[in-house]
This record gives sequence, C-alpha cells and structure tokens, in this order.
Amino acid sequence: MNRTIYGARSRRNTIAMGLSLAATLLGLGWLVLVLGALLWKGLNGFSLQIFTEMTPPPGSDGGLLNPIVGSLIMTSLAVIIGTPIGILAGTYMAEYGRHEKITTVIRFINDILLSAPSIVVGLFVYEILVRPVGHFSGLAGAVALAVLVLPVVVRATEDMLLLVPQPLREAAAAMGMPRVTMILNIAYRAARAGMMTGVLLAIARISGETAPLLFTALNNQFWSTDLMAPMPSLPAVIFQFALSPYHDWQKLAWTGALLITLAVLALSIFARLLTASRKES
Amino acid sequence: MTVALAVPTVTHQAEDTGELRERISIRNLNFYYGHHLALKDISLSLYLNKVTAFIGPSGCGKSTLLRVLNRMYDLYPGQRAEGEVKLDGEDILAPNADLNLLRARIGMVFQKPTPFPMSIYENIAFGIRLYERLSKSEIDDRVELALKRAALWEEVKNKLDANGLSLSGGQQQRLCIARTVAVKPEVILFDEPCSALDPIATAKIEELIDELKADYTIVIVTHNMQQAARVSDFTAFMYLGELIETNATSNVFTNPADHRTQDYITGRFG
Repeated sequence: MNRTIYGARSRRNTIAMGLSLAATLLGLGWLVLVLGALLWKGLNGFSLQIFTEMTPPPGSDGGLLNPIVGSLIMTSLAVIIGTPIGILAGTYMAEYGRHEKITTVIRFINDILLSAPSIVVGLFVYEILVRPVGHFSGLAGAVALAVLVLPVVVRATEDMLLLVPQPLREAAAAMGMPRVTMILNIAYRAARAGMMTGVLLAIARISGETAPLLFTALNNQFWSTDLMAPMPSLPAVIFQFALSPYHDWQKLAWTGALLITLAVLALSIFARLLTASRKES
Repeated sequence: MTVALAVPTVTHQAEDTGELRERISIRNLNFYYGHHLALKDISLSLYLNKVTAFIGPSGCGKSTLLRVLNRMYDLYPGQRAEGEVKLDGEDILAPNADLNLLRARIGMVFQKPTPFPMSIYENIAFGIRLYERLSKSEIDDRVELALKRAALWEEVKNKLDANGLSLSGGQQQRLCIARTVAVKPEVILFDEPCSALDPIATAKIEELIDELKADYTIVIVTHNMQQAARVSDFTAFMYLGELIETNATSNVFTNPADHRTQDYITGRFG
C-alpha cells in the first residue's frame, strides 16, 4: 500500500465533499430565505377574511375570494381538458404504438412542449382564442393551462405504463383478453398511482403560472364565474398587487403567494403518499 | 387420427390406455426473430390427455416453440412463423385467426407468477367474465372450483378479497394456474412454471399438472430434466433451434436415439 497515493486521494475526497456540501447549503439557504419571507409576510395578512371577501380597491379591507375561485375554476377546467387527452396520448405511446416510429417523434415533440416557456403558450392561445373573439376570457386561460398540463400527463402516463411488467401484458393476452380490456383493467390499475402523481404534478405546475394567464384570462377585480369574461386568478392578482405601491395590496399578494405555496405543498405530499402506497402494494 | 412419420409412436407405455389423439400438429415450422432463424423445420404432435415436455439447453428454442402455439409472438413486431400449426385441424398461424379466441382455448402459465393487480377472487373471475355471462353465484362456484383444482382453496378461502400480489410466490403461481383453468381452455402451456419456486411449491405444481392432464393437452417447457421425467409422457429434445428427438419420455431418458440427447440428459452439456 502506498500511503502517499492514499493520502492524496483522501484529501481530494475531503475537498470534493466540502464543495458539494457548500453548494447544497448555498442552494438550500436561498430556499429557506424565500420560504421564511413568504411565511413571515404571508401569515401576517392571513385571516378568515381572505376566503370570504373580494379583492379590495386600494386603501380598503378585502380578501382573495374571487381570485381563489377563479384559479380553482381555470385549474379544474385545464385538468378536465388536458388529462384525458394526455392519458390517451400516453396510452397510445406505451401500448399501441410502442414499436412505431411516430412514437419517437411524439415523445420528442412532447418533450419540447414540456420545456416550452409558458409565455409562448399564453401567446399562442391569445392568438387563437382571444384575438379572434375580441376579449380576454376564463376559457382561454383554462385552455392555456391545459396546454401546460398536457405534456406532463403524457409523459407520466407513458413512463408509468412502460413500468408495467411485460409478462403482465402477456399473461392478460394469454387469457384471450382483448387489448383494450387489458389496458383498462390491468395496465391502468398497475400504473394508477404513478399516473395520478403525474396529474397532481401537472396541477402543481400550473397553479403558479402567471404569464399564460396574463395573455388569456387577464384579471378581474370583481367576482366572476363567467367563462367568456376575463377571470381573476391568484397568480395574476399577486402580479398586479405586488407591483402596486399600496401597502395593503402588497400584503394580500404575499398571502396569495403563501396560499399557492401551501396548495402545491399539499399536492406534493399527496403525490408522495400515492407513490409510497404504490411501492407497498 | 394418423400420426405423421416424423413423430415416433409409442407402443409400450404402461399408463397408455386407448389411442393417442392428436390435438396440435406442428409441421415444418420455421420461426424468425427478424432475420434470425430461431426454429428450424420443426414437426411435432401434441396429444390429448398427455403431457409433452420440451427440454434442451438455454436458447435452443423451446420457449419460442411454446409461444408459437398461442401466437404470443404476435405481440412483437419482427417475429414471424412459417409452416403449419393446427389445433384440431384449425390453422393457428392463419393471418385472420382470431387471436383472443385462440388464446382463450390455449391457456398459458408463465415462468414468473403474474397475478393481476386485483383481488384473488377477481384474478379468476375476470377471465371467466371475458367469455361467459354468468350470475354472481355461478361465478362464485367457478372461482371456488378453479381454486380447488389449483390446490389453493384451503389457503385462500378466507381472504378472497386480498390482493393477489399478497400471496407467496408458490401461491401466486397456483393462482395463475387457477386463473388459466377457470376459463376452461383445451390446451395449457407451461413455460418453466417452477423455475422461480422452492421444492415444496414445485412438488405441488407438478402434482397439479399430473391431475390436469385428465382434462387437457399439456405442454411444459422445463430446464429441469428430473421434472420432465416426472411429469411428462412425451419429451421433445431441442438443440440450436432444431428438434433433435421426440419420443415417449421413458424412451428418451433410458434409450435416447441421438448422441446429443444422451449428452444433454447425462449432463455433459447444457
């Protein structure tokens, strides 16, 4: 054994570990600061009023009820539009078209869509659903969000179905089970937790999106559930209020940001639980 | 039914009562994985109420041959079979053959247990409902019967709602056999059904195969020559994609015609 070689290697190891640790602390440090500020400033304005009152004009009291409801409506609609299409496309790629060339092409395009800047999606929907109609609308906002949901669900569905063991498909086929029955009753059942996680992550992704909504749903100071009219949303309200000079608006913006963060946190925890339960079974 | 020349007939087996009835006839079968010829000119008969074992070293084509019989290879592009394979005179390889119906008639048990991700009860009931419309109580009866046939009933009768994946490996394999038997196929293909099981579970499955042959035509692929000797009536020895020799199991093991068969069963290679 050569002590010199060992000593040098051991020193290199210490240096590498030190650098990794420093990088981790640096990254985590910012996160802690951001979350700390969010909690401190957000909780400051947290009250029941947030959930019962509309956004106020500057200088008076109010809550975030209308943007909360607007966000819920548009997010739900986006999931309702994006999830079935995404699941069907993912199913084609993993089951019917697994060996087809077109699947490689679809996967490539889907990956581009997955990392496309959301502002581009907003602009696209603006061109097809806002400009021809002549006004902003909640529907356009939901469609823009659906375009963001789609690639996440496609990816999750394909990945999770590809994890379903091939012998399980063969066993189903060997019983004379038609393919569609196998997919619905065997493959989906085996991949269910992962696919649900994909949908939850998609929701988490869109719940903080601002750019596509500014181009499509715009915003609304008032209560509105009309899909054909501009619709308020938490991210758009945060954007508007945070940039304003009014102290009470800024406070509401912090609280809104905290609300979104907590919702995403809840979704992530739920997704983790689903994944954990899948591993157990 | 006449037996083709390529297949030696059996005359001196003790348990042979009555004539052999050919269920599946394989004639001049070639099989390709892409351009690779994996089965070369195979001709073989499989008989009703008999267990036929395919033996041979890894890669010899025995599983491939088995997967031709229920056209499992059709799930994958680039795999094709040429020649003639008939089930009771019906052409299995016909391009327009209904694969789901074919596979309902020719059941298969795999190397690794493959319970569906559902309850023990549903694992069996699901297959039954595919091709039959029965009342709840009739299905209950069929499930019970299938589990009894697979010698699993006593172990699971109080937990039919438990997930099939919660059973032990040997129980899962018997569940898969029960599931296969429940849809009342005519032929059952076993693809190394015991290779993932311990000796006790293996003994149970072998016993089961012996009982099942009263009703079915059975084919078993196995790496285990003792197992082939124990459970089969006929043995086909394959090597490098060719069918070297097929005969009554007792003949193959005591008096092999080909030196390669002899080398294999005496453990000189493979």
